[in-house]
Amino acid sequence: MTQPASPAQQGGSDAGPVLAPHQTSASTKPGTPKGAGQSKLFRPDVRTLSLVGVLAALIVVGGITKPDQFLAVTNLQLVLTQSSVIGVVTVGVTFVIIAGGIDLSVGAIVALASVWATTVATQEYGFVGILLTSLLVGLGCGLVNGVLIAYGGLVPFIATLAMLASARGLALQITDGQTQIVTVNSVLDLGQRDSYILGIPPLVLVFAAVVIVGWLVLNRTTFGRRSIAVGGNAEAARLAGIDVRRQRLYLYLLSGLCCGIAAFLLVVLAGSGQNTNGNLYELDAIAAAIIGGTLLIGGRGTIVGSVLGVLIFTTITNIFALNNLQSDVQQIAKGAIIVAAVLVQRRTARQ
Amino acid sequence: MSHTPSRRGLLFGTAAVSAGALLTACTSNEPSSKDDSKGDAAPAADETGKAVTIGFAGPQADHGWLNAINVQARQRAKKYKDVTLDITEGSNDTATQIGQIDTLINKKVDVLVILPADGKALTQAGLKAMRAGIPVVNLDRVFANPQAYRCYVGGDNYGMGLNAGHYIGEKLKDTKNAKVIELSGPDSLELTKQRSKGFDDALKNYTNIKKVARQAADFTVESGQQKMAQLLQAQKSFDALWNHDDDQGVGALRAVDQAGRDGFLMVGGAGARSAMDHIKADDAVLKATVLYPPTMAASAIDLARALGQGKGLAGLSESEIPTSLTLYSAVVDKTNIDQYMPSGFK
Repeated sequence: MTQPASPAQQGGSDAGPVLAPHQTSASTKPGTPKGAGQSKLFRPDVRTLSLVGVLAALIVVGGITKPDQFLAVTNLQLVLTQSSVIGVVTVGVTFVIIAGGIDLSVGAIVALASVWATTVATQEYGFVGILLTSLLVGLGCGLVNGVLIAYGGLVPFIATLAMLASARGLALQITDGQTQIVTVNSVLDLGQRDSYILGIPPLVLVFAAVVIVGWLVLNRTTFGRRSIAVGGNAEAARLAGIDVRRQRLYLYLLSGLCCGIAAFLLVVLAGSGQNTNGNLYELDAIAAAIIGGTLLIGGRGTIVGSVLGVLIFTTITNIFALNNLQSDVQQIAKGAIIVAAVLVQRRTARQ
Repeated sequence: MSHTPSRRGLLFGTAAVSAGALLTACTSNEPSSKDDSKGDAAPAADETGKAVTIGFAGPQADHGWLNAINVQARQRAKKYKDVTLDITEGSNDTATQIGQIDTLINKKVDVLVILPADGKALTQAGLKAMRAGIPVVNLDRVFANPQAYRCYVGGDNYGMGLNAGHYIGEKLKDTKNAKVIELSGPDSLELTKQRSKGFDDALKNYTNIKKVARQAADFTVESGQQKMAQLLQAQKSFDALWNHDDDQGVGALRAVDQAGRDGFLMVGGAGARSAMDHIKADDAVLKATVLYPPTMAASAIDLARALGQGKGLAGLSESEIPTSLTLYSAVVDKTNIDQYMPSGFK
């Protein structure tokens, strides 16, 4: 997949700090990255800053409309907790999109992993049983996706669409339409207030860990550089000696693993498994990544941007709920804010 | 099993009693007498008669209540030696469901029971079956045209809201400036609007009560947890909550627990087993639930069989079955939980 230099890219700075030496012409961006990037831990770029601006503006809106409730510590904890599940999914999806792929099956994988992990049989093995099942089912689905795409030659859109359908079907079959209630206290306790560490919910800590690891992998490892290279120009990457197939397999495995982690977090949060879990996560995650500056055609994207995208979404929902807005208004406003955020981003990036 | 023999527990006479509600056993909202102790015997049961093939087309059972509908239909059909049930695979897609109904028409089933994913959208399919000479029992979500069905049987969404509102109203009538919040189902569904309307209408009878917030969830545990967590953040104190659906209620209760909140009364909806367990154990804020009985599927099979055999219903002095019957949404709380426990669905 070749990547045309889109107008938005002209002069755009990118958070991907360095280009791999072997990553040549085709994926090299016109705008030269300022500085080597390696020296600073986090080099703020215009896109990311504009997202921070959007988030800050939302916080001001929330603070003005509902000062007592919005700015309360409990609300901050709530917003972060509600960002955790979809946030972890988004980190995985961001990698896939950066590498020029797409994963439409994330919501279905979360559903399948969560209901499998909460079957009566799995609950018998307690905390470890639920955790391991979530992770293994997530990885297993990612493996199937990866093999089909990397070695089966299926288009990512089709392969993951097929996974979406079959994983949801399997989830429905496992539950028989019934909600599976978790009775393992060690799992339930993880979602309770007394488990907070220094006021931070454990779910948020897991989310933060996934973000940090994701950032390091993308920006500081060969794996990350290869992902960007494959997304920028797969053919050039292949000529440069990257095993593109294996790289793709790993990327879908990574996305599957993130779904597994998210499924476990969701089980902790909701205290149950239901086949409707993770409904429309694929769209939310892709939307967050796009808002965060990830190019849908691959080759560019940042973890920080995606996380900001998720936080913006959750904050909007939170402000709406605090102000008791109805769902129709919420949906319209959400759509408008997506468009606004991307427009602001483009404008600032062009300057 | 299924058959709620009588619906004592009639808490409020104002409840919407719709057409056909006089039918014994399966719908009566009056104490239909203690001698109605035939237990599981179906109303139209009597002796085995002419063999009837009943086609059943419903939406995808991706939800506890819908799953219970399928279970009820299958179990009831099994009770009759003279009934063969032909169930199509459930789908939430209108076009797919129309295709499935066409298939059943082509198979020349004797009677069709249709629970449409969307009543209005499936009207043409119902009409087609009726024109083909196959009587249709329209279950739960009503077709837009009465010509599209021979008999309607369903729940009372408006009455559900009304009864929930009255229950909460009675409990809070001595509380000054009482605050009530509502966690509704998806706003995209007609039934959600009816439930909310009934609830609001009931609350109008109590001038001391004000509904201060309403958020819509999606009938899922996940959405219930999420929306309830936000409602709890928004409302520092309130006296009662009506949650439209017990499945999303599992999530709502989880959010209440996580926030460590207490001191209010919660009323659920539908009648899931998990909700009934909490009511019986009295171990949560959930003190009652308003029924939306999945047993209506069993009633639909009874009616379809009677239609196929050209009979009326036992106990009803008519030689035909009624055109329409709407089930009563009883409020189940600690006082009558034992009576309703068996109909709680998982």
